[in-house]
Amino acid sequence: MAGMWSGSAGLRGTLGVLLAVIALWEAAVWVLAPPPIILPPPSRIWVDFVEAPGYFLRNSWYTLSTTLAGFALSVVLGVGLAVAIVNSRLAERIIYTLLVALNSLPKVALAPLFVIWMGTGVEPKIAIAVMLAIFSIVVDTVLGLRSVDPDAIALARVNHASPFKILVKIRFPNALPSLFVGMKVAISFALVGAIVGEFVAGSAGLGFVILVAQGQFDTSRVFVALVLLGILGTILFYIVEAVERLLLPWHVSQRAVARPDGH
Amino acid sequence: MAACVEIRAAGKTYGSARGPVIALSDVSMDVAEGEFFSLLGPSGCGKSTLLKCISGLEGISTGGIRVRGQALSGPPKGLGMVFQRDVLLDWRTILQNVLITAEFQGRPTAEVIDRARALLERFGLGAFQDRHPWELSGGMRQRASICRALLCEPEILLMDEPFGALDAMTRDDLNVELTRIWQAARRTVIFVTHSIAEAVYLSDRVAMMSAGPGRIVEIVAIDLPRPRPLSIRETPEFARHVAHIRGLFAALGIVKE
Repeated sequence: MAGMWSGSAGLRGTLGVLLAVIALWEAAVWVLAPPPIILPPPSRIWVDFVEAPGYFLRNSWYTLSTTLAGFALSVVLGVGLAVAIVNSRLAERIIYTLLVALNSLPKVALAPLFVIWMGTGVEPKIAIAVMLAIFSIVVDTVLGLRSVDPDAIALARVNHASPFKILVKIRFPNALPSLFVGMKVAISFALVGAIVGEFVAGSAGLGFVILVAQGQFDTSRVFVALVLLGILGTILFYIVEAVERLLLPWHVSQRAVARPDGH
Repeated sequence: MAACVEIRAAGKTYGSARGPVIALSDVSMDVAEGEFFSLLGPSGCGKSTLLKCISGLEGISTGGIRVRGQALSGPPKGLGMVFQRDVLLDWRTILQNVLITAEFQGRPTAEVIDRARALLERFGLGAFQDRHPWELSGGMRQRASICRALLCEPEILLMDEPFGALDAMTRDDLNVELTRIWQAARRTVIFVTHSIAEAVYLSDRVAMMSAGPGRIVEIVAIDLPRPRPLSIRETPEFARHVAHIRGLFAALGIVKE
């Protein structure tokens, strides 16, 4: 995966495919001429964006900050819960049961409740983002904290390491790769959560932009918001992946193929 | 010689889904201070379990184990442990991996770091201390894990089939290095192996173990002179020891004649 995206050739390929799709879309709209309310051409979407870039970027920023706040909170809370789950049977039973029950509820159905509790500001949106994102963080972190070589723990115990040292020196670094798997899922879920929040009660953000444009049957503006959402989600995902590469150069998935001097 | 490890009528029983399993039965032995002592036997004879019990990582069900006069409750002080797999942590360099035993107990001092470097140098890993484990061969990795065990200058070194996963040539190398280190430091070593030749080459005494239930059937003294070059394995005395042990195992029906 990494190789596909890291090389400039890979990037050129991706951009090429994207441009081809846009060109095809433009041509199709020209040829088939569907009503603009059904499908506007890419050129129209671009014009709409350029006419009011401040409006779109301001609302993108709002959604982005909500997403990042929700994501950061999910990571902090999720890792904390995972540590508690791994360290205590009781915590495992309580937290896991609650988490699984919560996760099986459709979060959209919970959104109005959060609005009642927290008002129409940014707080309920962050809360919904956390609700959506935290599950994968907890599940993957628990997995990572648990899949430790028993001999590594034995080594620590023979050397009289405290449980805290074992957590910091062995369990946590060992869990990082799987925490990143969880984070890559969570970052997209946090964005979905932010949009859901804006749909339910919003006066800003890309979700709000979509609702307003829909009310005015302005399909082109809906598309501007969708494209911005796509770009936002993609960039966020690759930022997480870049951080992963930076922090985990030692992990199997990141290693170069060659093994210098191994004999 | 003072006894470093005393084991009296030790037994261990596991509960399992199909009823209790007797892993160790009535094990009694003494390991002297500074002795190189091997536990030899086929797989399933409980030799690794016995080592885990001596390390304090696992408790025994009956009998008693004393290390330097102290009854065991958890891992005793001054213990070094080497496992069959090297258990090096991928995110740490070789030097950092060696230092971890010190880090478990506090912040490594400059002196400890120097000692780690010196150990790596002595095991031929000086040039590799800033590499990561996956960049090294199996033999080099196991060398690093021995350095890790030796860093805190343990009084007792427990080794659980440390060379079992290595090729024969690397194994020979490490056998020689281990005897050399042991000769210089004279710490107590308890070494688990299923190779008769390895046990004879390394040990002062060999405890022969048998399965079902795991027990010691015989303790054999190896009176070969030290230092022992690898070539000692071609001498008639060495062959006599190996034949003696093999014969005993065969008489017990543990190996085929």
